Amino acid sequence: MSENRIRVLVAKPGLDGHDRGAKVIARALRDAGMEVIYTGLRQTPEQIVAAAIQEDVDVVAMSLLSGAHNHLFPRVVELLKKKNAEDVLVIGGGIIPEEDIPYLKEKGISEIFTPGTYTGSVVEYIRNNIKRKL
Amino acid sequence: MLEKEKLQKIRKSEDNWEKETVQEALAKFKERQEAFSYKSDDFLLDRIYTPLALRNLDYERDIGFPGEYPFTRGVQPTMYRGKLWTMRQYAGFGTAEESNRRYKYLLEKGQTGLSVAFDLPTQIGYDSDDPFAEGEVGRVGVAIDSLADMEVLFKDIPLDKVSTSMTINAPAAILLAMYIVMAEKQGVRIEQLRGTIQNDILKEYAARGTYIFPPKPSMRLITNIFEYCSRNMPKWNSISVSGYHIREAGATAVQELAFTIANGIAYVEAAIKAGMDVDDFAGRISFFFNAHNDLLEEVAKFRAARKIWAKIMRERFEAKNPRSWKLRFHTQTAGSTLTAQQPDNNIVRVTIQTLAAVFGGTQSLHTNSRDEALALPSEESARLALRTQQIVAYESGITEIVDPLAGSYYIERLTLEIEERVNAYIKKIDAMGGAVRAIENGYIQKEIADSAYTYQKEIEAGKRIVVGVNKFQEEEETTMEGLLRVDPAVGEEQVKRLLKLKESRDNVAVQNKLADLRKAAQGEENLMPYILEAVRLYATEGEICNVLREVFGKYRPVEIL
Repeated sequence: MSENRIRVLVAKPGLDGHDRGAKVIARALRDAGMEVIYTGLRQTPEQIVAAAIQEDVDVVAMSLLSGAHNHLFPRVVELLKKKNAEDVLVIGGGIIPEEDIPYLKEKGISEIFTPGTYTGSVVEYIRNNIKRKL
Repeated sequence: MLEKEKLQKIRKSEDNWEKETVQEALAKFKERQEAFSYKSDDFLLDRIYTPLALRNLDYERDIGFPGEYPFTRGVQPTMYRGKLWTMRQYAGFGTAEESNRRYKYLLEKGQTGLSVAFDLPTQIGYDSDDPFAEGEVGRVGVAIDSLADMEVLFKDIPLDKVSTSMTINAPAAILLAMYIVMAEKQGVRIEQLRGTIQNDILKEYAARGTYIFPPKPSMRLITNIFEYCSRNMPKWNSISVSGYHIREAGATAVQELAFTIANGIAYVEAAIKAGMDVDDFAGRISFFFNAHNDLLEEVAKFRAARKIWAKIMRERFEAKNPRSWKLRFHTQTAGSTLTAQQPDNNIVRVTIQTLAAVFGGTQSLHTNSRDEALALPSEESARLALRTQQIVAYESGITEIVDPLAGSYYIERLTLEIEERVNAYIKKIDAMGGAVRAIENGYIQKEIADSAYTYQKEIEAGKRIVVGVNKFQEEEETTMEGLLRVDPAVGEEQVKRLLKLKESRDNVAVQNKLADLRKAAQGEENLMPYILEAVRLYATEGEICNVLREVFGKYRPVEIL
């Protein structure tokens, strides 16, 4: 049932051009039966949130390797809240130092995936933590 | 005995060896796998290689001598016996002052060339006060808004002695102009400057992502730089055609070479179309490749690259000057092979990759730091990476003979195999209308993404072992101490500096120069002289790029999953 498929927006916030991880995750989620929309590079938090609402996604999965995560990830959560879209699960990945993770979680990013993560664990995490009842 | 008879005799002996000696061994214990293949491609590997593998190879034609066509064995006759490669660590972060300190530190530790990493706003043509730059200023490289920052970046560094490489692409002309004017102010003449500007937009569309303008005006800017450099900068490499990022994005070794060389062909064609003679610029084309973990495949890749390019330049483009035939390249070890788990293991990976680059005959090398899967390199990690090169250079002994792996049945066979596979790709791309078209229609991006996905699936299925990730994991991960943190205040500091600059310069003169540039961009002239004039008056990078964005428009990528 397509209505019951999990919908995910894979997003690249900021100016970072490293999209290998984002594309690999996008394909893996698709192969796991999810509907995946990929934003492409250089999206502002505003653009990401607009796309998330327009596409009515269950999950926003952001990838960033430039070091601007502390600035950009929380901004997306804030904007989702403003648009009353708090039911969207927000996760992130990339080159993110261990010590930044508590801050990001406090700001509403549910989980952070760092280098070496298996795509299978991302799939499982989404299935177990999605806020909408399937 | 005739050559043919000799080979027949070897074939017979090999058959016997297979039937008797090998079978006997296999009866006792099987091989570890049913079949062995090259990890980054689908070559099935034979158990051994013998003179039979080289039966179609002609030494003089296919291998030859170092410093002579087709340069399989190296671009210089004496290679590292004459001069070691340039040890050039890619570095830059925060403000120009901080980066200047890191450069001096690396030079003091024995580094022999500089390599500038710019932050993303600089690479994409935004000033530090642009809303798009928020959160990114000074993060992955140094923030350079104007000539004033460039002057600080190279303060007290003797540019007539040190060569500089700059990783800048879409706005390459602007940063090159700043470098030229800054050097001139230091008293170094333009013709003395040695170094490289990356200036390779096609791989930005295909793999790295810091594009600004659409392909047509981008190719114009590139040929403008070719033309300007060929007249004024005899020791400067006007482009570094880069496979590095294509490989990092997931391409195989063969794809890395094929897509890079296809891009190289596109640049040569564009310059010829713009009216230049091939021998006026081809000698200043340089390349940039990745050194991965598969040591022997990488060595064969570098050898094949030289041979393929030499043939293309001589046969396809009919270059007459032997300099134009030579593929000179920089190498960086593969960042994507580094793991966040057990980070000290990365030192070993980097050492293997360094050996690949040196056996492959690189002209310069960056060795990655062990902490790069976690953050930008700390000073200590950067020093250790440089020491790795120095140990290979001075202690391993592999620098004392030229191309020491030549003649290995396997290396020569693999060099040939890679050449054939790369040429098949190039033929396919030519049939599509060349690299620009193959990127516009998403073919190259799709090929890279497919390989990246396969690679990841192999790791997850345990078909490809990554020590510390899918085998030999530690229960308790050791955390790395002393990671580099870029001060978040860098952005504010940089914005303040920029505002001060805009108050102190002659703004009317700047506006006039920008208006001149706009007019020139609308026409067909070489833009370098206009950019130089604007930069000299401290026009900012963002201001110049905004003019060009208005005239040229922005690139809109096709997204291929």
